Amino acid sequence: MLGFPILSLMLLVPLVGVTLILLIGGEEKIVRRNSRSVALIATLFNFILSIAMWLSFDPSTSAFQMVEHHPWIGDKIAYHLGVDGISLLFVVLTAFIMPICILASWEAIETRVKEYMIAFLLLETLMIGVFVSLDLFLFYIFFEGGLIPMFMIIGVWGGARRVYAAFKFFLYTLLGSVFMLLAMLYMFFTAGTSDIPSLMSYSFDADVQKWLWLAFFASFAVKLPMWPVHTWLPDAHVEAPTAGSVILAGILLKMGGYGFLRFSLPMFPLASLEFTWLIFFLSLVAIVYTSFVALAQEDMKKLIAYSSVAHMGFVTIGIFVFNTQGVEGGIFLMLSHGVVSGALFLCVGVVYDRLHSRDIARYGGLVNNMPRYAAAFMLFTLASIGLPGTSGFVGEILVLFGAYQASSWLAFIASTGIILGAAYMLYLYRRVIFGKLEKADLKGLLDLSPREIMIFAPLIFVVIWMGIYPAPILDVLHVSVSNLLEQFNAATGASVGPMTGLEAGGGR
Amino acid sequence: MYVTIVFLPLLGFLVAGLFGHRLGPRGAQIVTSGFLVIAALLAMIGFADVALGGHEYRIPVAQWVSSGELDFHWALRIDTLTVVMLVVVTVISALVHVYSIGYMSSDPHNPRFFAYLSLFTFAMLTLVTADNFLQLFFGWEGVGLSSYLLIGFWYERPSANAAAIKAFLVNRIGDFGFSLGILAIFLVFNSVDMQTVFDAVPDHAGSTFSFLGYQLHTLNTICILLFIGAMGKSAQLGLHTWLPDAMEGPTPVSALIHAATMVTAGVFLVVRCSPMFEYAPLALDLVIFIGAATAIVTASIALVQNDIKRVIAYSTCSQLGYMFFAAGVGAYGAAMFHLFTHAFFKALLFLGSGAVIHALADEQDMRRMGGLRKALPLSWSFMVIGTLALTGVFPFAGYFSKDTVIEVAWAAQSGLGEFAFVMGVAAALMTAFYSWRLIFMTFHGAPRAAAKVMARVHEAPKIMWLPLALLALGAFASGFLFSDLFVGDGRAAFWGSSISAHGDGVLEAAHHAPVFIKSLPLIMSIGGFLLAYQLYLRRPDLPGKLARTFEWAYRFLLNKWFFDELYDFLFVRPAFRLGHFLWRRGDEGVIDRFGPDGISKVVALLAARLRRLQTGYIYHYAFAMMIGLALILTYIVLQEGGL
Repeated sequence: MLGFPILSLMLLVPLVGVTLILLIGGEEKIVRRNSRSVALIATLFNFILSIAMWLSFDPSTSAFQMVEHHPWIGDKIAYHLGVDGISLLFVVLTAFIMPICILASWEAIETRVKEYMIAFLLLETLMIGVFVSLDLFLFYIFFEGGLIPMFMIIGVWGGARRVYAAFKFFLYTLLGSVFMLLAMLYMFFTAGTSDIPSLMSYSFDADVQKWLWLAFFASFAVKLPMWPVHTWLPDAHVEAPTAGSVILAGILLKMGGYGFLRFSLPMFPLASLEFTWLIFFLSLVAIVYTSFVALAQEDMKKLIAYSSVAHMGFVTIGIFVFNTQGVEGGIFLMLSHGVVSGALFLCVGVVYDRLHSRDIARYGGLVNNMPRYAAAFMLFTLASIGLPGTSGFVGEILVLFGAYQASSWLAFIASTGIILGAAYMLYLYRRVIFGKLEKADLKGLLDLSPREIMIFAPLIFVVIWMGIYPAPILDVLHVSVSNLLEQFNAATGASVGPMTGLEAGGGR
Repeated sequence: MYVTIVFLPLLGFLVAGLFGHRLGPRGAQIVTSGFLVIAALLAMIGFADVALGGHEYRIPVAQWVSSGELDFHWALRIDTLTVVMLVVVTVISALVHVYSIGYMSSDPHNPRFFAYLSLFTFAMLTLVTADNFLQLFFGWEGVGLSSYLLIGFWYERPSANAAAIKAFLVNRIGDFGFSLGILAIFLVFNSVDMQTVFDAVPDHAGSTFSFLGYQLHTLNTICILLFIGAMGKSAQLGLHTWLPDAMEGPTPVSALIHAATMVTAGVFLVVRCSPMFEYAPLALDLVIFIGAATAIVTASIALVQNDIKRVIAYSTCSQLGYMFFAAGVGAYGAAMFHLFTHAFFKALLFLGSGAVIHALADEQDMRRMGGLRKALPLSWSFMVIGTLALTGVFPFAGYFSKDTVIEVAWAAQSGLGEFAFVMGVAAALMTAFYSWRLIFMTFHGAPRAAAKVMARVHEAPKIMWLPLALLALGAFASGFLFSDLFVGDGRAAFWGSSISAHGDGVLEAAHHAPVFIKSLPLIMSIGGFLLAYQLYLRRPDLPGKLARTFEWAYRFLLNKWFFDELYDFLFVRPAFRLGHFLWRRGDEGVIDRFGPDGISKVVALLAARLRRLQTGYIYHYAFAMMIGLALILTYIVLQEGGL
């Protein structure tokens, strides 16, 4: 335990950054430079804090740590923060991705730099808030509030069809959050508390659980996103600036998965068990359907966006098989995907900054004059495919191990996604990187700049490290995940997988 | 020492890959080749220690993934089977490295090439030393990756890029089965550690488990799934189509990866899992059938191909088929023996053909060769040695290994064994025919290359001869030197417990086969030679006439039984069409139309000012959310106060 309230500090640091940026005045050029520097320093500082938090975390207990508890509204709603093994790493991931986003926007953003940096810093506070909140309403504020800066980032600094994209994003998420808020209210009045740890041990009536589960599901499914409420994602990605896409794919999507783990499984275990079939069905459709769609894409960002939907299908399968490998794999895959998809969007950003096109057909033969870029892109492509030795493999294989224990059909269909995943990613890579360098304007492109190398180096390191020595990450998860599953099994009275029935009924 | 053998190539890869541009081509060549030569020498010491000295080791390296009951470690499993593979991989790899110094001398991307070669070697070594199935899978995918990178090495060629992707994807289809097999192993045995699994196999003999809703024979199912992986990697019928295309890669790559080492990984897998396959009769039958069918089908395709490398590539598929059916009848030692000798003579043939291609300024079409014997006497003699070994002429290596393989098929005394025997003998005839056809079309007869090209034909530089000479030595001597250890009287002591001795009776029976059976392969070999001699040297007009007379058959073979066209029609084009359909009709046509777009139209109708709303949505949204929350909180506070 640290001697100071580290979680509050992590929420505060970006806000201090915001204040400082607001105070910056003077010449336009200086404002820009200083805003960037302040944002970078604030996010880096937060990253260091997150590492300190990780180091002082005790992985041998599933209890919440670094807890802060202050009364807030009445005596039932509190400012309650804390992390456990499940949320800790998401905080670290957020703090890790943020400075990279700031660096990635260093030269790409030229207009309203000040506001842009403010939006990102606000976003950081709100995202970290989601993962550390231990009060329903506090969580809700962070969870929904995070969308506001994201809307702005897309709507102000986005591409040509940004309004359409922001609008679509808005419609979907609004739908989800209305239901979630209603459910939260109901829970509050029924259980008499908005304290998340208390609610986790409160058992709701089985029928009520169903409705609550569905209400939360509406919100989380949109966030993840699950098929068929995924169509906002490709548009949002396409229109968002590079760093916006990185945050979107890297962290915002993970809130859905985190929500399932924090709310749906522990609070509505019976409903979770009952709706397993729905999750599996939607996830499998997502994996196969979006993989095929990704194969047909002509826009780089859209392709990667669709691949995200497919990967999230793996995540939801992992979470809802309710066994150690599945859940740990699901979490690991979310972390891995956060890094890898972020990196892939940055790869798109590199060429987009130079040529202002995301059209795959516009490129080809970049390996000739951008060998370093080609190497980095290759590594992230392989990680996305789930090649052993990269972070993607560990997550995918754990999910598959988990899935197979639930049902061989599940693992069978999910595995097809691995073949298709290789197909669309390698096909993308080939069209962009390989081939002859024939287009005149491509010949002038320069390889990665020192700033870009600084962006990619830590990502490359993390992808390989997570693939070869994932123990430090898995060790954090073990106790919390097994506690989650013990609680779940105790509540449902099911130590056998839920799929035994389906397995028998699946065919004869 | 064994850790050094495995990790030296990785070090070479890192040095050449990261600092290649600073080291320059020469530096990268020296570092990678030097490391490989050291690794090869160490591997030979290891061979003496383990295979001849009878030691076995298990060397833990580090923890990898641990989740619940799942616990993988990086560890090396060193037994006879491993060291045989270690010697094959490191020796061939070292020779190919050295050869490439000459072959790739004019290529501007030398450091990258050598880095990939070393990466491949590292991955292959982790594959053969794997102590658990997941580590095996790591190496398995690693070799697939390096193969992909090396096939597409000349990335400016569209055909090379296409071939690289094809290789990766077809292998992925195999991996699909392989990974399901590993998952099933974990479910059944609660472990993926090889020794634990193999020890527990007898307890599960004949048991059934539920797979895809069916109650299936446990071990049959697992072994068939593993074998699907092996079929992909070893290019067996159905999943073989990537291997001929893989010839788009530089020739040293074809020799190392697509002839001597990687493609034999499937055979290795089956042999490694022999304690499991022994209890999976149906899986073994499948192995025999696929192996025998591959041997004959791909040999038939090789009969009419005109690209020198493709002939050898189809020949490789065919020889891999031999290894599989030998393993299928239980004669694992025979399969490994053929793998061992084949590595030498097939690498020799590839590198020899590389010398020819090099001399003819990258010409690969045999119809534009001929009459090269005088100009390239060294290449000719090496190629002839390779051909003698491949066609099984005494006392060359193939005579010992291929004959054993055919004899064990006969000795299996089963219906499928007989099938494999007949196919093996027939394929032997074809092997001799296409091999000698290759020699005659390339080196004999009248030159068909342009005079300008012929004038510049020259032997390869000295640095390429040395590896060829050593391989020729292997192709000549590896048969009679090792026959006793691999399949002869010394086999029990040699193999120790590394392979299942269950099928040993077949090998014993094969030694007592009648003379007629024993001499059949050699008769076929001579027959094939005479046929090729008649058709391509004495009556060079005959092949054309035959092709015209039996045109449908000729077309059928020339187009490789239309596998590619069939797959393209069945899988590739529909996949893209389906993707397009789901995107345009599914996402945009249904989900968006009735989802957000539909709602937006309603909104537009109501408000008729959608455009002006623009980013105003954000504020509306934020506003709505905050107001809502404020109301709720007010209510709560009031209620609390009221209580």
